Amino acid sequence: MTSPQTPGIQSGRLSQDQLARNFEDLHAPYDAHEAAVAADRCYFCHDAPCVTACPTEIDIPLFIRQIATGQPEAAAKTIFEQNILGGMCARVCPTETLCEEACVRETAEGKPVEIGRLQRYSTDALMSRQGHPFARAPETGKRVAVVGAGPAGLSCAHRLAMKGHAVTIYEARPKPGGLNEFGIAAYKTVDGYAAREVDWLMGIGGISIEYGSALGVEVSLDGLRENFDAVFLGVGLAGVNLLELEGGEKSGVEDAVHFISDLRQSADLTALPVGRNVVVIGGGMTAVDAAVQSKLLGAETVTLAYRRAREEMPASGFEQDLAASKGVRLMFNVMPVAMHGNGAVREIELEYTALVDGKLQGTGETTRLPADQVFRAIGQTLAPVDGLDLEGRKLRVTDTGRTSVAGVWAGGDCTPGEDLTVVAVAEGRDAAEDIHATLMAAAG
Amino acid sequence: MADLTTDFLGITSPNPFWLASAPPTDKEYNVRRAFEAGWGGVVWKTLGEEGPPVVNVNGPRYGVVHGADRRVLGINNIELITDRPLETNLEEMARVKADYPDRALIASIMVPCDEASWKAILPRVAETGCDGIELNFGCPHGMSERGMGSAVGQVPEYIEMVTRWCKQYYDKPVIVKLTPNITDIRKPAAAAKNGGADAVSLINTINSITSVDLDNFAPEPTIDGKGSHGGYCGPAVKPIALSMVSEIARSQDTQGLPISGIGGVTTWRDAAEFMVLGCGNVQVCTAAMTYGFRIVEEMKRGLSQWMDEKGYRSTSEFIGKAVPNVTDWQYLNLNYVTKAKIDQDACIKCGRCYAACEDTSHQAIWMKEGRVFEVNDAECVACNLCIDVCPVEDCITMERMEAGSTDPRTGKTVSDDYANWTTHPNNPMAKAAE
Repeated sequence: MTSPQTPGIQSGRLSQDQLARNFEDLHAPYDAHEAAVAADRCYFCHDAPCVTACPTEIDIPLFIRQIATGQPEAAAKTIFEQNILGGMCARVCPTETLCEEACVRETAEGKPVEIGRLQRYSTDALMSRQGHPFARAPETGKRVAVVGAGPAGLSCAHRLAMKGHAVTIYEARPKPGGLNEFGIAAYKTVDGYAAREVDWLMGIGGISIEYGSALGVEVSLDGLRENFDAVFLGVGLAGVNLLELEGGEKSGVEDAVHFISDLRQSADLTALPVGRNVVVIGGGMTAVDAAVQSKLLGAETVTLAYRRAREEMPASGFEQDLAASKGVRLMFNVMPVAMHGNGAVREIELEYTALVDGKLQGTGETTRLPADQVFRAIGQTLAPVDGLDLEGRKLRVTDTGRTSVAGVWAGGDCTPGEDLTVVAVAEGRDAAEDIHATLMAAAG
Repeated sequence: MADLTTDFLGITSPNPFWLASAPPTDKEYNVRRAFEAGWGGVVWKTLGEEGPPVVNVNGPRYGVVHGADRRVLGINNIELITDRPLETNLEEMARVKADYPDRALIASIMVPCDEASWKAILPRVAETGCDGIELNFGCPHGMSERGMGSAVGQVPEYIEMVTRWCKQYYDKPVIVKLTPNITDIRKPAAAAKNGGADAVSLINTINSITSVDLDNFAPEPTIDGKGSHGGYCGPAVKPIALSMVSEIARSQDTQGLPISGIGGVTTWRDAAEFMVLGCGNVQVCTAAMTYGFRIVEEMKRGLSQWMDEKGYRSTSEFIGKAVPNVTDWQYLNLNYVTKAKIDQDACIKCGRCYAACEDTSHQAIWMKEGRVFEVNDAECVACNLCIDVCPVEDCITMERMEAGSTDPRTGKTVSDDYANWTTHPNNPMAKAAE
């Protein structure tokens, strides 16, 4: 019988029941009374700091007041007006560093209004019957191509469709959702929520999706520019940063994003293999998602190895605590220098680091951890798009998402700014507004 | 621990907390348990005349107004007086009084507004050995349609007349319970006094509809699609009760008339507030109906603690102590100049003070860079709204301007002389300052 102690990379370390419990909803949804009590805590601040802190600027005090007055569905409409993926954002937003950090009750009591959970309560109320709250404007006759069915592309497509434009989304994968579907820990979005949300979003009408259509492979930017009135690129970051070190090619050394994606698409978690001793290299949300899920799948030990100090870790304090609470060991100021093992990785060698004159350096001291699976989670990169200017390693865009090429807009992780679902939604929406204004001005 | 023993009309009780005439005092079972829980006295649920008792509705009797987390702020009711036979109530009262001689037991009575009815019931009530009676001239629902309850309480002449009968046919203290559903509470109180009442108790419940069912378009509580106004009580009515009590306490016509305070008493503090406004004791209902009889324990401990802190050895030392400070608007000191001051360290930057002042008051709060809120003394009229809406206690305070300084709003020098409207130059009726 396979157990957490079984050596190597094995599936079925835990029973079906245990796995089901491990991967259930991270935050149980509020019931109506809990929501009423939580909503009552909102002070309805003037020029509320939470709204300022929200990349999509949802009118948070208003929607919370709508919950308090017994109209969660109307509250949901207030949310969706600003953020059509408000349901997903309620699940995956790092609210502790956004709206809830800004909440005046966080200042006052260290206990903010639980905005994320309230947002989930109200969006669930409407989504539970898949009711679409918006109506599409009359057809404009304009056609827009959107590349990528992730948060930025979906947000852009919805706003454009609502304005009456005809939208075609080109998606490389066989399913829509982008990172919502493939890149987020399963316990944050249970019960096929990401797919359900896309179905619901499509309820606006006027959007079609072509799957298996990757930019630069099945479709070209030039072709899209020719055939459509405007193009929006929400292509995300398709590349993965490599880790060049001794033994990095050994089997068992994998990309965290693939593990997360496989896990999300798995119909039977007992069939999904995971190492006995897992080490995740990185310090962001992807690293935490991979580490926590490895532990939940039944790995005996999981270590998250981050090369800098805790304070600099991109994953929030909440995420760090979550990892620790699930039994993940957090190591700071260590960087991998070698993988050891005969063909398959057996040990990882880490070197301690320190800041010297503001520069991170190895100290020369190393330690070895048993590892039969190592996940790289050290960031993703933009797959180059011919003809578009870059800013750093991303596509250069204006405030409203215009790229260096006329008629081409972009948003989401492929453009500068924080790589968050909520930021992508805001960028897709704002680009759609600009595309709409541009097309309508041109139409006279 | 301070001694809470209270003497009200010569009726002593171990504490000033009486249960008001209401469902909690409807029968022997409840009243015994209330006394065991520590209540100082009980006003037995209102007795009606001999004969077939009244009937109550068989649907909901209570409506409610909730605050946050379903906290009960107010309840209204459409329950009538006791629906048990008079004889049963009288027997039970006699037994309870015999077993609890140290507790106050008062009979609430409501019979038709004719001398014979009162003359008939009073001797029978007297036989129970209870300590006094309370005339229910207050209930605003049901019985008032039959010419009783508030229908009597709204006509001072009837109050005086019935009170006189009661004083004639009954030897022990007579308390007249007043309805707040009138324009000037001093009138019925004076009528009671003129009729010889030993005390008044107030307030009875307020005409009310707690809410409306927006699916059925019917008021709550709804009986088969219809609703009738009920009597409102609980914490929500306390401010109204306090004002009415204070008017009676300070009115020349009723000064010195003992008062039993009723209306939303929920904590020791509520009780203390009623008492310093002139009440010899308080009566409680909604708090008990919400939390059970045990709630009296907090009231007793709290009042005793406060008395210890203040150095009061008996309740008589503070009863009425706030009455001299209740005055008419025209006598308020217009030279008392204050300005709001925001404690920046305590401020959590919610901006409610700003929204309230900017939108609805005097545009006297600045919102500066970084959500810093500051008071503009040149506009602040010291209305207090910012303090009222601030979620942080003591974050905003009213600071009195020193005499000799200049009020930047008026440009006038602040004086510490007392000056009120009666002598103000803008008052056409002003008297020359003496």
